[in-house]
Amino acid sequence: MANEWPLWEVFIRGQHGMSHRHVGSLHAPDEKMAMNNARDVYTRRNEGVSIWVVQAKDITASDPSEKGPMYEPSESKVYRHPTFYDIPDEAGPM
Amino acid sequence: MYAQMVKSSGEGVKTAGEMDAQERAFQSRIDAGEKIEPKDWMPAAYRKTLIRQIGQHAHSEIVGQLPEGNWITRAPTLERKANLLAKVQDEAGHGLYLYCAAETLGVSRDELFDMLHTGKMKYSSIFNYPTLTWADMGAVGWLVDGAAIMNQVPLQRTSYGPYARAMVRICKEESFHQRQGFHIMMTMCNGSVAQKEMAQDALNRFWYPSLMMFGPSDKDSVHSAQSMAWKIKMDSNDDLRQRFVNATAPQAEFLGLTIPDDKLAFNEDTQQYDFSEPDWEEFYEVLKGNGPCNRDRLETRQRAWSDGEWVREGMMAHADKRRNANQTAA
Ligand SMILES: [Fe+2]
Ligand SMILES: [Fe+2]
Repeated sequence: MANEWPLWEVFIRGQHGMSHRHVGSLHAPDEKMAMNNARDVYTRRNEGVSIWVVQAKDITASDPSEKGPMYEPSESKVYRHPTFYDIPDEAGPM
Repeated sequence: MYAQMVKSSGEGVKTAGEMDAQERAFQSRIDAGEKIEPKDWMPAAYRKTLIRQIGQHAHSEIVGQLPEGNWITRAPTLERKANLLAKVQDEAGHGLYLYCAAETLGVSRDELFDMLHTGKMKYSSIFNYPTLTWADMGAVGWLVDGAAIMNQVPLQRTSYGPYARAMVRICKEESFHQRQGFHIMMTMCNGSVAQKEMAQDALNRFWYPSLMMFGPSDKDSVHSAQSMAWKIKMDSNDDLRQRFVNATAPQAEFLGLTIPDDKLAFNEDTQQYDFSEPDWEEFYEVLKGNGPCNRDRLETRQRAWSDGEWVREGMMAHADKRRNANQTAA
C-alpha cells in the first residue's frame, strides 16, 4: 500500500475530429506504462486515434461548492447571447 | 447481482422532514435526475454504500475471469480461443473501469484489493461454481453475462456520475459476451448427441446459480429501499429476475434445451413466465464462503497479487530511477 502506482487520468480523441475527452483513469508506474495501459484498457475497439495521459495529482479542478461566485460573471451578461439583440425580421436572416 | 447483498446504512429511508437541509438538497438533485460528481457533497452513507456496491461489482468482474480463464488453453478451435480471450480481457477492463469509479469516492485501489483478498468484500456468488466442460463457456456467456446485462443496463442511469459512465462503457461491450456464449450453445446443440447433452448439462448446472445473481427475494432484501431512493439500485431483485426468465426461456426453447424447472410455464394472465425460486439456503452458504470454488478463487487472487509484488515494486523503482536521472541531467 505504501508504494501504490500513481493514478493517471486518460483522455482520448475519437475518429471524428472531436476534442480529447476524459474516459477514466488507471494506475501505472510511469508515463510510458500509463500510455500502454490506456491503450489496452480504453481503446480495445478503435475508440480513439490519440491518447493523452496526465497524472491525476497534476490536475487542478474547480470546486463545486464555489459554483455561484465562480460563474456569476457569465450569468450576469445576457448581452453575450445573440437573442439579446432585437433585430426586425425585415433585416433578413442574421 | 454482481453486487448481490450490499448493506446500506441500515437506518431505512429518511423522510424529507427527517433530513437536514443539505440532505434534502442532495435528495432533490437525485430526484431531478442530476448526476452526483466526485467533489460534490454527499451523505456519508451514500458514499459508503456506493464504495461497497462498486467495489463488489469490480471484484466480480476480476474474479469472473477465473472460471472462463480455465478454458482458454483448451478451447476447441483457434477462433473460439481468440473469442474467449477477448471476452476475458474485456472483463479485466470492466474491473478496471469500476475500480477507478470507486476510487473517486476516496478509497484506494490497494485498499479495495486488500478487502477482496481478506474476504471483507464479496464478489458475485456465481463465480464460485466450477466450469467443468467446454459447454460451460456457452452457458456462462449466455446466462451469466445475460443476467449481468439485465442488471447493468438500468445502472447506466444511476445517480453517481463516474459509476454511470463506467456502466455505459461496460454495456457497450457486454452484448458480444452474451452472443459468443449463445453461439457456443447453438453450435453444440446442432452437433452430436453427446455435444447436445453436454450443453443441457451446462444449463442444468448454471440455471439456478444464474437466478441467484439477482440477490435474495424482495421480501428479504433489507437494504433495497434506501438504495432505490438514491438511484444506485434501479429495479428490485425480483423484477430483474423475472425479466431475465422472460428473456431466457424462449432462447432455451430455440436451442432445444430444457430449463431444469418443472414449474416453468408461460402464464397467459400475467404474460410472464412462472418459475421456481432457487435454493436460498445454498445461496447464503456460497456467500458465506462454502460454495464449491470459494477457497480456490480467493487463493488464486491472493497468489496473483503476492506473486506480482516484485514486479510492481521493480517497475516503480525503475520509474523513480529514470525520473531522478532526468532531473540530474536537466
Ligand atoms: Fe463484465
Ligand atoms: Fe461480460
